[in-house]
Amino acid sequence: MSDILREYLPILIFLAVAIGLCLAMVIGSLVVVKQRPDSEKVSAYECGFEAFNDSRGQFDVRFYLVAILFIIFDLEVAFLFPWAISLGGIGLFGFWSMIIFLGVLTIGFVYEWRKGALEWE
Amino acid sequence: MDAILETYVIPTAIILAQILAIVVPLLVAVAYLTYFERKVIGAMQMRKGPNVVGPFGLLQPLADGVKLFAKETILPAGANKIMFAMAPMLTFILAMIAWAVIPFDAGMVLSDINVGVLYLFAISSLGVYGVIMAGWASNSKYAFLGALRSAAQMVSYEVSIGFVMITVLLCVGSLNLSAIVEAQRTVWFAIPLLPMFVIFFVSALAETNRAPFDLPEGESELVAGYFVEYSSMTFALFFLGEYANMILMSAITVILFMGGWLPLFDIAPFNWIPGPIWFFAKIAFVLFFFLWVRATFPRYRYDQLMRLGWKVFLPFSLLWVVLTAGVLVAFDWVPAPVLG
Repeated sequence: MSDILREYLPILIFLAVAIGLCLAMVIGSLVVVKQRPDSEKVSAYECGFEAFNDSRGQFDVRFYLVAILFIIFDLEVAFLFPWAISLGGIGLFGFWSMIIFLGVLTIGFVYEWRKGALEWE
Repeated sequence: MDAILETYVIPTAIILAQILAIVVPLLVAVAYLTYFERKVIGAMQMRKGPNVVGPFGLLQPLADGVKLFAKETILPAGANKIMFAMAPMLTFILAMIAWAVIPFDAGMVLSDINVGVLYLFAISSLGVYGVIMAGWASNSKYAFLGALRSAAQMVSYEVSIGFVMITVLLCVGSLNLSAIVEAQRTVWFAIPLLPMFVIFFVSALAETNRAPFDLPEGESELVAGYFVEYSSMTFALFFLGEYANMILMSAITVILFMGGWLPLFDIAPFNWIPGPIWFFAKIAFVLFFFLWVRATFPRYRYDQLMRLGWKVFLPFSLLWVVLTAGVLVAFDWVPAPVLG
């Protein structure tokens, strides 16, 4: 096993410990405490009303729009990570390439803004 | 037989001991953060806070934990049972495993990976899945609305957190968290990058769904948001995860901007104090701000929240990335790349 992978072994073990810990807590409580579910207890909470319909109905499209915008900008950040740490080695050409890329994205961002994609009255 | 013991069993046992040395104090810290929160907010509102269970109410978190453990675990009839149970576990697990890369002192880190910042960024991005899963699986309107709000809010501020991290990386030239702390020997990044520090802290509040950005919970409108259907230990896992995330975000703030384990000044009385003490003291200081903000500010409106994230923080932090890179290149201050 190479050294670079060896550094990730503790994370894997940590993951196993965390999974074990939360399973122990939940299952421990399930086993120790007497469970007495009834139909009222397990119905969806709606401030004392009966639920009128299923909760998974329509929702505002703007949440979807935010998710799409997030993907664009998160990818941008992902591109910036390697650029940021190697800026010393790629010189002015690398610097200006990224500035042009950011400029293109900024144009897209301004378009979104003008179109009102960021408005939440 | 001895060879197996030496190559596999002993190193694994050491790693397990180190993990427990992180997890146990972390859980205690989470428990006492809830106590600290109630005491601080109580003091700010001229109340006493918890003072009945044990001396000064110090056993209150334990009593709360035992009470939650002794409650019945409710699985709503309309819920996707498996996803419903997995959501709080995911939140909790992610809040735990992020600590694997946090350096407490020079060399005092469980896993000194060379992409530490990227790992933390990835883990905190995954955090939104716990929320979405909880909201969807509960099959309750409040939970669903709370999850939608929370997810949109978390991803909005995730973007500015990303840009802020980039400005720090530009000044360091490495993704390793220990290298980031060492780069702050001359001056903490909180000083040259002050606006980014402020943006990071405010985004951290939004990212952890804390007041004044606690709309996903919004007691007065959504009851409790995405975890309204949870009870007993499934609720406790959400709670622990949320507070562990607060401590984690404070730790990241300290590492990126406040010099991690480095003393305030590198002179006699300050550098006698060991690094981890400095680190914990700074985390406690940042956490105090989390609580202070909660006691002071009213809740944001949702449109204000989105406007702040997308129309103020995002353009400003993007501009600051370009500015930082430009200044570094123009004055030839770019750190030499560390090629491992």
